[in-house]
Amino acid sequence: MTLEIGSALTIGLILGTVIGVAAMLIWVERRLLGFWQDRLGPNRVGPFGLFQVVADMIKIFTKEDWTPPFADKFSFVLAPAIIMTVILLSFAVVPFAPNLGIVDSNIGVLFVLAMASLGAYSVMLGGLSSDNKYALLGSLRAAAQMVSYEVFMGISLLGVVALSGSFNLREIVLAQEDMWYVLPQFVGFVIFLIAGVAESHRLPFDIPEAEQEICAGYHTEYSGMKFGMFFVGEYLGLVLISSLITVLFFGGWYGPAFLPPVFWFAIKAFAFIAFFILLRAAIPRPRYDQLMSYGWLFLLPLSLINLLVTGAIILNSQ
Amino acid sequence: MLKLIQDTLISQVVTLWTVFRHLFVKTDTVEYPDEQPYMFPRWRGRIILSRDPDGEERCVACNLCAVACPVDCIALQKAEKDDGRWYPEFFRINFSRCIMCGFCEEACPTHAIQLTPDFEMAEYKRQDMVWEKQDLLIDGTGKYHDYNFYRVAGMSIKDKDKGEALNEAKPIDVRSLMP
Ligand code: SF4
Ligand code: SF4
Repeated sequence: MTLEIGSALTIGLILGTVIGVAAMLIWVERRLLGFWQDRLGPNRVGPFGLFQVVADMIKIFTKEDWTPPFADKFSFVLAPAIIMTVILLSFAVVPFAPNLGIVDSNIGVLFVLAMASLGAYSVMLGGLSSDNKYALLGSLRAAAQMVSYEVFMGISLLGVVALSGSFNLREIVLAQEDMWYVLPQFVGFVIFLIAGVAESHRLPFDIPEAEQEICAGYHTEYSGMKFGMFFVGEYLGLVLISSLITVLFFGGWYGPAFLPPVFWFAIKAFAFIAFFILLRAAIPRPRYDQLMSYGWLFLLPLSLINLLVTGAIILNSQ
Repeated sequence: MLKLIQDTLISQVVTLWTVFRHLFVKTDTVEYPDEQPYMFPRWRGRIILSRDPDGEERCVACNLCAVACPVDCIALQKAEKDDGRWYPEFFRINFSRCIMCGFCEEACPTHAIQLTPDFEMAEYKRQDMVWEKQDLLIDGTGKYHDYNFYRVAGMSIKDKDKGEALNEAKPIDVRSLMP
């Protein structure tokens, strides 16, 4: 078997790498947060605390996996599975390198957006089936936040789609050989970045699970590996958003030739992961209504204007 | 409009940059137990019973420390030597209750009971947190090297009361010190 798009080896490699990276982020995030807060972070287990991940895994696997008697069993179990599944599925269309990817889909961008919308069901079902007031509040917030931020997440991408003339993520990367889209589409990039934070409900937009306000939001009642899946799902979402930003705005695998393309992809994606962690370390969480009005009254018009201007320029230059 | 941009965009970027720079700031963490923190000499930690410069135990079993203790974790029993000097027959501190407030040290008239900078007192069994006199008593004078209670207060021996010997001042009637 060779490394080509869609071969079983490639699929296994990508799946393993993505889940491995998401697990390692537990450690990366805690150490980076530590350094940014003048602490050291976990450095006890193994060299530099690298085996902290293993310790956390053992802990989460051996914890009691408790389903509350008042919960709706079916959707309670379904919810964490959904988030893992949809995010892993989204990786199918991400082009990691010229010959590395799972599907070469013509509707890559749409597929990712569709999967992100399905991801909203996970948090909604999780909160609803828990039959707990905090979980319900969390899932209500999650539903509203994800539905509204999805709108201009999509719109902010249309500029890129218009420039490259394709919904295929691989072709979008190929179209950036001369110039990364972050330059002509800077506004789109910023909007996509913000919407991406909101979509993966990371801090500062972790309003659905805001610990200090509503316990843990939609996953208040979850424990053991079901909680672990939400947890890893969040990190997977982080990896996904970072990969997407890399692909859509930062030229995917393109970079100076002294490193193989996949390394450039990894470096860029990791830079964004680190940036997301920095966001968590630095910026406080807005109020729920501030988040909503910020989205609808500021980001939506901005993304529409961005799309209009991009369209006008493209038409003009033809 | 400018103010809005200043408040929303610029201030966030400045925040991010400020936090990012802390990557290059030395961390404040002291990696205890690999690295020992500096303990101040007056730190209120493990309690000891000290001896006077002559090597006699200082405690006179006056019970003032036990009375001062807010959590009642000191227990002692008075005993008397042949010359009439008091000493504790047993002296017991329950460190699982002690809050290291230092009131006992302040109450003690003889500087016998003292708190030290040692704080590493974890035990696996709760009973091991109860320290007896042989555990508490040290051979040295602790923080006060020259203090000997009886040199200051005087002592009554056979046929001589306090303050009646040569070069000895009469004891002060403490009740006359009332304001
Ligand atoms: S330090 Fe405070 S609590 Fe501890 S024995 Fe002395 S008086 Fe009691
Ligand atoms: S330690 Fe001090 S205060 Fe306590 S009984 Fe002895 S002499 Fe009195």
